[in-house]
Amino acid sequence: MTESASPAAVDERSSFDFSPTRTVASPVGVNNAEAKRVALRAEHISAWYGQKLAVSDVTLDIDAHSVTALIGPSGCGKSTLLRCLNRMHEVTPKGRVQGRVILEGEDIYGPGSDPTRVRQRIGMVFQKPNPFPTMSIEENVAAGLRFMNMRSKSEIADRVEASLKAAALWDEVKNDLKKPGMALSGGQQQRLCIARAIAVEPEVVLMDEPCSALDPLATLKVEDLMRTLAVKYTIVIVTHNMQQAARVSDRTAFMLAGEGGYGELIEYLPTDELFTNPQDQRTEDYITGRFG
Amino acid sequence: MTTAGLVALHRRRRLTDRVMTVVMVIAAVAAVTPLVLIMFHVLTHGMGALSLSLLTEDPNPPGRPGGGVRNAIAGSMLMVGMAMAIGTPIAIGCGIFLSEFGQNRAGMVLRFLVDVLAGLPSITIGLFIYSLVVLPNKRFTAIAGALALAVILIPVVARITEEMLLLVPRSLREAAFALGAPRWRTVLTVVVPTALPGIVTGLMLALSRIAGEAAPLLFTSLGNQFFSTDPLQAIDSLPTRIYTYASGPFDYWHEQAWAMSLLLVVFILMVSVIVRALVGTKVTVRQ
Repeated sequence: MTESASPAAVDERSSFDFSPTRTVASPVGVNNAEAKRVALRAEHISAWYGQKLAVSDVTLDIDAHSVTALIGPSGCGKSTLLRCLNRMHEVTPKGRVQGRVILEGEDIYGPGSDPTRVRQRIGMVFQKPNPFPTMSIEENVAAGLRFMNMRSKSEIADRVEASLKAAALWDEVKNDLKKPGMALSGGQQQRLCIARAIAVEPEVVLMDEPCSALDPLATLKVEDLMRTLAVKYTIVIVTHNMQQAARVSDRTAFMLAGEGGYGELIEYLPTDELFTNPQDQRTEDYITGRFG
Repeated sequence: MTTAGLVALHRRRRLTDRVMTVVMVIAAVAAVTPLVLIMFHVLTHGMGALSLSLLTEDPNPPGRPGGGVRNAIAGSMLMVGMAMAIGTPIAIGCGIFLSEFGQNRAGMVLRFLVDVLAGLPSITIGLFIYSLVVLPNKRFTAIAGALALAVILIPVVARITEEMLLLVPRSLREAAFALGAPRWRTVLTVVVPTALPGIVTGLMLALSRIAGEAAPLLFTSLGNQFFSTDPLQAIDSLPTRIYTYASGPFDYWHEQAWAMSLLLVVFILMVSVIVRALVGTKVTVRQ
């Protein structure tokens, strides 16, 4: 664990502001007291696929303006848990969730909570880059804004530019905004998807193994980006790459599926502690490579 | 296994491979041979009677050579156009329902019914429209013909639309959901546009099918010796006129029947090529 714990440059969520001085601010672990606000709290989350329990009774707090990693071997339910955090699990056929997820004091599963609104506030980036194939780069980034019924062309253009800059993609595509999003390389496509996710100004961005389909160089870029984005957003990333979790995250949750076949939260600690001084034998076995 | 055994095995496998390849090639050639023969036959027989007057004049009184089939061309275009206008929205709507909201009992029932409809003989559909539309109004009309064609078109296009929409990867739908798009919005702005080239191909397939249908028009639009574009009157069409001329007594009728077949083939080919080119370019530009 190498991330230093120096104070962050950002104290609050400003309005839409991607000015370079802010976003290029040194990527740091946000550990000062002010930023320790809890952005998202999962309470007793259990998730099923049909009759099969996939995640059992997970409770964890996710700090605002930080990167939180969910790690664990395949099938431990980490992706499922992630998808519970923005009500995407219920989109999967036969997906079912129990428990509460508190965002800004409100349960996103509560009565009257609108899943589309929840997903605008909690964005998501997927394992495989998935730009919309019929849309240009520009239209891809603007897609979420259109879903929000934003009409002003100049406002949309501003947001597109700001989001592409924040996703460190602007310089590469600024002359090709009309080109199809599918024409980009895999790494660029993933950054396009990140730009698309942050264009709607979510509070939290969930990333489901965002680098697993990318080459090492593109992976590095996306990892850098996560650190930068954590200044403004709360990032939760699922990864089965422990080095990646160690490189980018402030806190790490280790999940494991036991004999019952369902995933449980084993341990949730600041990343450096989890990797240097795990409290649970199973965590130690996993991070030292004894299984998984 | 001995070396000799291995060699024998290898030889047998190579022989089987050769034989199967030849069989496949023969099957492939057999499949396209009728197409080539038909095109050749239609071209050689049809070219003779093909002339400008065939397109611009109406039929002469029977037995007097010359004249054209302008009324049949106009009638076919009108009825096929109306059938597409009536059938396309219903069919695509039905396809969207089947793929996006039809993974349940209601969807299964609807899918079964659509398949049954697709399997009905077209003459049955003609009779159905005859009893439902023609008899109560006591007249053959272009609209009745168009309705019959639309009923033929709907199940074909609905099922192709469904198949094409199901080919759109889940990940694209999820990307839209994750941006806060409601389901209907996801379908209209992401899923349908992505599947559009396939849906258009399905439409073209249905168009060529209904443009060549004679049976359902016999009891609905009947046919008309004269030029008409009135949807509430009996109207002529290429397939019914081909039927009349081909089975009629005059040589020039037979020639004109061949020429009309050629027209039909060329017309379908042209529409198909143009529409696919349009959709194709749109997609390559925007994809």
